[in-house]
Amino acid sequence: MYLYSITFYIFSLVAILSALMVISARNPVHSVLFLILSFVNASGLFVLLGAEFLAMILVVVYVGAVAVLFLFVVMMLDINFVKLREGFLQYLPFGALLGVVLIVELGILFLTKSFSENSLSLFVQSPQINEVENTKLIGQVLYTDYFYLFQISGLILLVAMVGSITLTLRDRGQVKRQNISSQNFIDAKNAIEKKKIKLGEGI
Amino acid sequence: MIYLEHYLFLAAIIFTIGVLGIFLNKKNVIIILMSIELILLSVNINLISFSVFLNDISGQIFAMLTLTVAAAEAAIGLAILVVFYRNLGSIEVNKINKLKG
Repeated sequence: MYLYSITFYIFSLVAILSALMVISARNPVHSVLFLILSFVNASGLFVLLGAEFLAMILVVVYVGAVAVLFLFVVMMLDINFVKLREGFLQYLPFGALLGVVLIVELGILFLTKSFSENSLSLFVQSPQINEVENTKLIGQVLYTDYFYLFQISGLILLVAMVGSITLTLRDRGQVKRQNISSQNFIDAKNAIEKKKIKLGEGI
Repeated sequence: MIYLEHYLFLAAIIFTIGVLGIFLNKKNVIIILMSIELILLSVNINLISFSVFLNDISGQIFAMLTLTVAAAEAAIGLAILVVFYRNLGSIEVNKINKLKG
């Protein structure tokens, strides 16, 4: 149990520190890399909790796709990032005040003992999670009880894909493209033109 | 021993950092999008820790949905960012006033 606590504190400390570095790093590339570190540590915490499938999904989806997308965009756009950081210190006192208020309010909420082990046990109805392995359990529920949610999430991804392609697709105009239907409708009568040319003259 | 409160505190701290990031980096859209990702990560931590401590798998399903929405949001946001940069040559948030009447 000591090992569990030590692992939790290490993972959460690194996650929090790297989250702080995300919002305060000078270079956005470093921000993205710290975001990746934060996500990796969060997935470690998920493994600690026993949600292995979601931990792996977090690594695959966030680190493999979203963070790389961020990195790609940051490196593709040629932006003066020093200019963008103006006003960081200007809003720091107000932002720090807001953050302290928010964290104190949430802390007070959690310290009311309504989330402690004893009061939570009132709500426990379903069988123990640990009896079946995590991935199997998710699969048993996802494709039966939550099937519509699963399909809707697929639809959300489709709409996002179509939307981002339509946004970034640019029609350049003078680019030559293949028109397959007109190629298929080519007829020998229309395609070839016979002309009688007199000797010694051009067309 | 680690209880649910520890995970909730961790999620609250990451949530606060995300909100703070939106406040402090008012000009940089990329950092704002990353802060939104941090906020969604804290939501995920909350959902999964409640799911584990309540012995109910539904929370993990909803965490997957949050993940899907976060990925879609990042893709759309970055596409808008690229189009905006292509048209104006800058990504400063306070210059985004094309829609004003």
